[in-house]
Amino acid sequence: MTNQQKLDKILTRYEGGSADLIPVLQDIQDEFHYLPKDELKVVAGRLAVPLTQVYSVATFFKMFSLEPKGKHQIRVCLGTACHLRGGQRLVEAVARRLEVQPGRTTADLQFSLETVGCLGSCAQAPLMMVDDKYFGRMAVDKVAKVLKPLKK
Amino acid sequence: MPKFESIKQLEKYRGKLLSSRKPPQVLVCGGPGCLPMGSEEVAAAFKSQMKKRGLKGKVVLKESGCQGMCAKAVKLMLRPQEITYQHITAEDVPLIVEETLMNGRIVDKFCYQEPDGAIKAHKSKVPFYQGQLPIVLSRMDLIDPGSLDDYLAAGGYQAVQKVFGGMKPDEVIDAMERSGLRGRGGGGFPTGRKWRLCREVPGEVKYIICNGDEGDPGAFMDRAVMEGDPHAVLEGMIIGGFAIGANQGFIYVRHEYPLAVKRLNQAIEQVRKVGLLGANILGSGFGFDIKISKGAGAFVCGEETALIASMEGQIGEPHPRPPYPAVEGLWGKPTVINNVETWANVAAIMNNGPEWYAGIGTENSKGTKVFSLVGAVNNTGLVEVPMGTTLKQMVFELGGGIRGGGEFKAVQTGGPSGGCIPKQFLDLPVDYDSLQSVGSIMGSGGMIVMDEHSCMVDVARYFMSFLHDESCGKCTPCREGTGQLLEILTAITKGEGRPEHLPLMEELCATMRDASLCGLGQSAVNPVLSTIKYFRKEYEAHINQKKCPALVCRALLKYTVDPETCTGCLACVRECPANAIHGEAAEPQDIDQELCVKCGMCQAVCKFDAVKVES
Repeated sequence: MTNQQKLDKILTRYEGGSADLIPVLQDIQDEFHYLPKDELKVVAGRLAVPLTQVYSVATFFKMFSLEPKGKHQIRVCLGTACHLRGGQRLVEAVARRLEVQPGRTTADLQFSLETVGCLGSCAQAPLMMVDDKYFGRMAVDKVAKVLKPLKK
Repeated sequence: MPKFESIKQLEKYRGKLLSSRKPPQVLVCGGPGCLPMGSEEVAAAFKSQMKKRGLKGKVVLKESGCQGMCAKAVKLMLRPQEITYQHITAEDVPLIVEETLMNGRIVDKFCYQEPDGAIKAHKSKVPFYQGQLPIVLSRMDLIDPGSLDDYLAAGGYQAVQKVFGGMKPDEVIDAMERSGLRGRGGGGFPTGRKWRLCREVPGEVKYIICNGDEGDPGAFMDRAVMEGDPHAVLEGMIIGGFAIGANQGFIYVRHEYPLAVKRLNQAIEQVRKVGLLGANILGSGFGFDIKISKGAGAFVCGEETALIASMEGQIGEPHPRPPYPAVEGLWGKPTVINNVETWANVAAIMNNGPEWYAGIGTENSKGTKVFSLVGAVNNTGLVEVPMGTTLKQMVFELGGGIRGGGEFKAVQTGGPSGGCIPKQFLDLPVDYDSLQSVGSIMGSGGMIVMDEHSCMVDVARYFMSFLHDESCGKCTPCREGTGQLLEILTAITKGEGRPEHLPLMEELCATMRDASLCGLGQSAVNPVLSTIKYFRKEYEAHINQKKCPALVCRALLKYTVDPETCTGCLACVRECPANAIHGEAAEPQDIDQELCVKCGMCQAVCKFDAVKVES
């Protein structure tokens, strides 16, 4: 499927008003793993919202990215319970192993590293998530084991 | 399952469910605490073992919602005996199948053990559960959240039956007012009054919204309810829609909760099919439907006017109130917004009556409250207690005291809008008013216990960094105020604080509290003011002596290796990001203080406790 076809498929699911803007952007983010510029222009036209509004929404909310994301999303929780139990050290250990700063993606587009306000599994702090899988009671010396299956 | 066209048909179906044979059940906890600890693997192991041992059809396997005691993940509940097992891994499953399921014997090593060694196999004997009064969490270890039959068999949608069986909207609102239920998202506004306000505003089109944008770090009550008992939320909303005169409801869930979205969608589909959502529900003539709206990652969207803005396709900036959403909300229409836990209380209030609910709790805070009890306690987890339960009961009876036998220092409630409550208030009964009187708030129910290893200046800096990041930037006091406070707090944690910083922060806080547009900025001052008030000595240690007594603030620490205990295994050398550790293998190592970045990695990986830290 071309990008245009993928986008059409997303847009046909909606009625086409400004209230659909965030759901449409969420679907694009899920499909493309970021918000490509050309597609955003099409969205603005089809939903009849100014491109400036599309841009302001796309940059306001944390889940949207204007840059391509990696194949694997690594999310390290920095909620209160995780912060108190060494979350910051965990982020640094992951960043060092992946050679990427939090908020950035590796040059080979394999990994994106993010910190999250709270993943909601506070009783198992500190916590990290690799794609859809949770890893509770993490420790600096467990990081290598968690990342190993992902590295080719 | 048939489509129910009347109350009678639903009741008949429920009767059939209840009269059918009930085999023993194994419920594997799939809650937010057990999922990261391998609950899916445990469930899969049960499935294959039960098949192998010929138990298929004789014992029912279910994945339940949160069973509460997350510290002991993975949890199991065995019914009908109500035996609760803990710390279960996939390897333990064959033994449980053999001993407990086949031979009816309790395996002691999987049971809760008291500090004196006494074994407690049954839920009713475990202190963690004894102090609780589950209403919202009552079905958590009873049903499969994906099964409408389970919910119906547990008495689900009986409140809808009761309401549609002859109550008028005014009577429903009346009951809500008499119950004394207040908003569980933290604001504490009386729910019945909010509903009445909205009902009395003229207008054909009205909306209701369930706020599931649980953004407080350290809190997962709403996640657990949406994932573990989604129908309870829907049932409350159907009743709310009927009472207010709204035909459309929305559930706003944060995108970080994909399982909650999945379970809610599944539940909505189920009730649409049987006619509990849609046109003419149970032949009443009343129609109602529910849609899911996913958040896109902004803490401020927990604020109701910001939430509405984002549902309309705008950025999540709050608006001044009044007009309140009950008068002018989503797309300008009267809208009631209540939090997940509030909605989940509605059916129980209708079933048992408002007087029953008002009989629980304290004078001005009725009913129960769900808390996520986390941090430095032994029994971290999800608890539901009557309002008025003391902090001491929560921390030391339910929570089982401080982990590792440490010293209690503070409990933080209310998320980034709350404060830190010190030891002298441990006897405080927890309700809306008492928490406010000590400079914190109830909030949505996060309760983070801290011991001597938590630095209160660092905690204040942590919350301010969160709030500065999440401030939407619309009003100056919040945008600039959080930035200035963060700058000062950061300086103090780096040993660059000055004595005049404390009064300066207090002055800044007063301005932010008075002049910020929404609750985010107004309450952002609580973590700072409460820590200055109750832990001034810690601030002074940072400012005057340049020391961090809790050994947290990096710039004020010094790491050294104890040559007596160091084995020279080099684990720290491999982990050190600054290449600051030197020495021969199998010989004691030495940390170069010039190069050390004080990240503490060496201490975190040392198996011999040879890395020492001082301030």
